[in-house]
Amino acid sequence: METFFVREPGAFTTVQDAGRYGFQRFGVPVSGALDKFAFVAANLLVGNPETSAALEITFTGPRLEALADGLAAVTGADMPVALNGKPQPLWESFRFRKGDLIGFKPAAKGVRAYLAVSGGILAPGVMGSRSTCVLAGIGGFDGRPLRKADVISTDSATSIFRLTSIPEQFRPQHSNSITLKSVAGPQIETFRDSMELFFQSQYTVTSKADRMGYRLEGPVIPFASDAAKSIISEPSVPGIVQVPADGLPIIILVEQTAGGYAKIATVISPDLDLVAQARPGDLIRFSPCDILEARRIHLDYRHKLLDLKNAIVERDRMEI
Amino acid sequence: MITIALGKTTKAFPKTDAMPKLYPEPIFRVMGDRGLLVEYGDAISPEINLKVRSMAVALDRARVKGIVEIIPAYRSFLILYEPLETDVEELKQSVARVEVGLEDIEIPPPRTIEIPVAYGGKFGPDIEFVAQTHGLSIDEVITIHSGNAYQIYMIAFTPGFSFLGGLPEILHSPRLPTPRAFVPAGSVGIAEKQTGIYAIESPGGWRLIGRTPLKLFQPLAREPFLYSAGDLIRFVPISAEEYNQIASGSA
Repeated sequence: METFFVREPGAFTTVQDAGRYGFQRFGVPVSGALDKFAFVAANLLVGNPETSAALEITFTGPRLEALADGLAAVTGADMPVALNGKPQPLWESFRFRKGDLIGFKPAAKGVRAYLAVSGGILAPGVMGSRSTCVLAGIGGFDGRPLRKADVISTDSATSIFRLTSIPEQFRPQHSNSITLKSVAGPQIETFRDSMELFFQSQYTVTSKADRMGYRLEGPVIPFASDAAKSIISEPSVPGIVQVPADGLPIIILVEQTAGGYAKIATVISPDLDLVAQARPGDLIRFSPCDILEARRIHLDYRHKLLDLKNAIVERDRMEI
Repeated sequence: MITIALGKTTKAFPKTDAMPKLYPEPIFRVMGDRGLLVEYGDAISPEINLKVRSMAVALDRARVKGIVEIIPAYRSFLILYEPLETDVEELKQSVARVEVGLEDIEIPPPRTIEIPVAYGGKFGPDIEFVAQTHGLSIDEVITIHSGNAYQIYMIAFTPGFSFLGGLPEILHSPRLPTPRAFVPAGSVGIAEKQTGIYAIESPGGWRLIGRTPLKLFQPLAREPFLYSAGDLIRFVPISAEEYNQIASGSA
């Protein structure tokens, strides 16, 4: 079903789902929504399974003309959304009708907003996922960001539209100063003398921050005198913090599969949602977290997602 | 077909300084809450990589609960796992258990994949540089490069980009001082002591000596890739005409 005509694409708008798993050994990155919590919340608000494809919108949003009736929700960054010029609440679903215009103002806080639509965004499944991977040229719209005059289709949805809302306590407050819980390593010995410095320092997000990774500015991290500055390339995970020869850390995100620089720590996966919303100029600290604590926090995060499902409040119900 | 007695040979390496060092015990490196890297040595060598491959295959076959994917590399493999189903301690025990049983299971020999390559000309603009650097003729570069089977140590960076070991020393060549913005899909290059294939178009700094007309990444196919880490690659020289025939036939 054709649902939106793209009048303006926004700065960098891509189709994303939960990610493309199982192909990292072939050099295919996982991709997927960067702020997982906001992505799942948007889907739940419109009655979709939590992994349905949605639009990930970066800083400035698209202008969309509705070609059909449906239900939409915007979550994530504080990116004001309007229907025919009338502001709509974030973290709540709203109804649109054929001919309506959906527009955005630039994000006031945070970076990435998620627009979910009832039925989920339709795109060919490539290796088990609809996620756009620009590097590989796959997923979404031929592996590229949205363009003017694209037509966005959705899978058919239920005809019962429940207007829903996410309770306040579940909505994250975006801050321009965040702390990321991180597990030391994998190359602990390379940074044995600088681990303390790393965990005590404050870093600033530079303008080189995208889905590949976030380059940070701040205190230079020294290498142990007997350690090589590059290592034999090895696979990596999203959240890993690599330190190139200049000593300035980079948080690797979801569009890379390996690296040849030593890595001082790994941001735990629940905290990647915070990275997704960090803007250039924002401040980042890393706090040490051991593997047991990391596991416990991961379990809490999963429980929070389950709670979210049950906590969604129904505001109204209508049938078309 | 080249066969190597995998699994059987891994424990027979003499521990002398002349050999690349296989650690007596693997080093486990934690990568956050979902990754565990298992490292077997501190060098790029066929012996260490053989151990990596044997263990990765055996662990995969053991179908350990909670393992999402195993990603082999030069001297290590990464276990991606589901933290709700397992943890680092359990995974370490699984690795140790598989290690003990390694001699009793048969690891299949690596497949040898033949890749047709048109060398030189517009397909391999740096082949003259490689020839001149080593005082070889272009034909000699082709003969030497296609005379070897190369092991895929790792596939990374872009989909299907294969890092191949075993390049004869006479062909070792430095990277470009400035990488190219666009390297065509299928390009075969050399960087230091490695050779490799760009499966998709991307930027790149390797010296390009040829190109294959095969589509190495077919995202919509049931098997999107022709090869996996651990396989052997053999390059088969073809003419420009054959390149065009294959390219139009497989398009």
